Amino acid sequence: MNEFLTHYAFLIVPIIKIAILVLLVLTVDAYLTWLERKVIAHIQSRWGPYRVGPHGLLQPLADGVKFIFKEDPMPAGVDKIAYFLAPFLTLMLALTSLAVIPFGPQRFTIWGYETHLGIADVNISLLVLFAITALAVYGVALAGWASNNKYSLLGGLRSSAQMISYELTLTLSVVGVLLLAGDFSLRSIVEQQAQSGKGLVSWNIFPQIIGFLCFFTAAIAETNRVPFDLPEAESELVAGFHTEYASMKFAMFFIAEYTSMITVSCLCTILFFGGWLSPFPVSWTFTQFLPSVLLIPFGLWVLYDGIRYETIFGRLLLPGVGTALLALGGALLAYPAINGYIQGPFWFFAKVFVFLFVYIWMRGTLPRFRYDQLMSFGWKFLLPVSIANVVLTAAAILIWGKH
Amino acid sequence: MTAPLIIFFVLAALAIFGAVSLILQRHPIYSALSLIVVMVALAGLYLLMGAEFVAAVQIIVYGGAIMVLFVFVIMLLNAGLEERTNFSGLATYAGIPLALAVSGFIAAAIARSGGYLPAPAPSGALTSTKTLSMLLFTEFVYPFELTSFLILVAILGAIVLAQREN
Repeated sequence: MNEFLTHYAFLIVPIIKIAILVLLVLTVDAYLTWLERKVIAHIQSRWGPYRVGPHGLLQPLADGVKFIFKEDPMPAGVDKIAYFLAPFLTLMLALTSLAVIPFGPQRFTIWGYETHLGIADVNISLLVLFAITALAVYGVALAGWASNNKYSLLGGLRSSAQMISYELTLTLSVVGVLLLAGDFSLRSIVEQQAQSGKGLVSWNIFPQIIGFLCFFTAAIAETNRVPFDLPEAESELVAGFHTEYASMKFAMFFIAEYTSMITVSCLCTILFFGGWLSPFPVSWTFTQFLPSVLLIPFGLWVLYDGIRYETIFGRLLLPGVGTALLALGGALLAYPAINGYIQGPFWFFAKVFVFLFVYIWMRGTLPRFRYDQLMSFGWKFLLPVSIANVVLTAAAILIWGKH
Repeated sequence: MTAPLIIFFVLAALAIFGAVSLILQRHPIYSALSLIVVMVALAGLYLLMGAEFVAAVQIIVYGGAIMVLFVFVIMLLNAGLEERTNFSGLATYAGIPLALAVSGFIAAAIARSGGYLPAPAPSGALTSTKTLSMLLFTEFVYPFELTSFLILVAILGAIVLAQREN
């Protein structure tokens, strides 16, 4: 058995990693919907989900059950192959794009096979990501076309036009980062930002602030989120390209959208905000206790809140969660080896969480663009600005060198 | 059989399947989708040859930009099923012999090389993006700039044509 494992480790380890990542991402997607509903509800002075489980925490589970058991009617006159292909394609591409993202700096060895946090470490990972995003438009376009519905078709057409327009900006806005890093690999882009050891100061965001703003705007447009969610503008197009989809097929579009949000947040973190690097200088070793310092008060608060919670189920569940968080924080304090290990992933996921929050925050704040505004904004403002950013960065590197 | 060889045959079969399906499909959308399958399979073949950059660009440019435009136009015009015509005389009397001749030439070339074709490019020149761009901007700078100029002319032509209608 052991010999078998060592011999086929190159096959087994990636499969296990893929399974873990997919389960993790689907759970995060589910709780992202909970977070989104909660945050938007509080922005609008409402409570949000509150009935299913304490603080509505079991709402994603209820939603999942609902998606599975709902009737899945197929409208008349649909193009069957494309109608079924579209949600699968969308979800598959969204999940695949996560495969090239590195989540932490460590390399470790399982069964004699050296691996790392992340699924594939290819040296053109950024280009692979762009290739996958470039294909993502087909899912939406096909869904709109195959549904045999005017609103769906309009949504699909809008989405194709929007994605082609903003893809140019998306690609051009990272050229500045590529010029600074001199490499397509996401891992070396992060490592390049660590070189000076001064923390926050050496991140790409400072030389590339214009590039970041262009990138984030274009990425929101690519993921069809507010304020660029015209393909599914409910006041004009019912629900756009997924009007005719119900049950699990609708859920696939939904999961794909949230997964793309995660991918974009990871990309922003890696390209502009130093990936898994701590914002503090390397010499400040005491900052590595930050995960415990955050976990313990949060655990105490959950414990306190849970004891006073109005339902019995909540009084049982929340203190349990609080105690678990406290135990985790304590364990990190007690075992410096584990604490050192989680530093990279901690900072990475903290930054990703901030971007996801910004996504949700914008949905609660901004109104939708009009279609002609969207097009002229993309072509006449964002694209020239990102080209100017490329020229400026190249000139700066030519004059002053890379640092 | 080694793993790269198996992957090569899978990708080659996929490319041929896509190409045949492109011709046989009756609906323009499915023809366009078949062409995308061909593009992606070709990208896989480039990857197998170690040309990572070319593979990624193949998908980004052909799969992500040009074919999206095709699909977009087909959807916008709402093109229906293709009308089958009988084989035109040209296809029967010139097309089939020509296709046979081309396949014969290729088969002869493969047979003469003893089953192993020489590598299509010096492997060092295509493997890394850096060497590729160095080559583009030093040795092949004139063809490169000429191509850019051609694309610029095409863009201008498109603008002129679009403006004439107004």
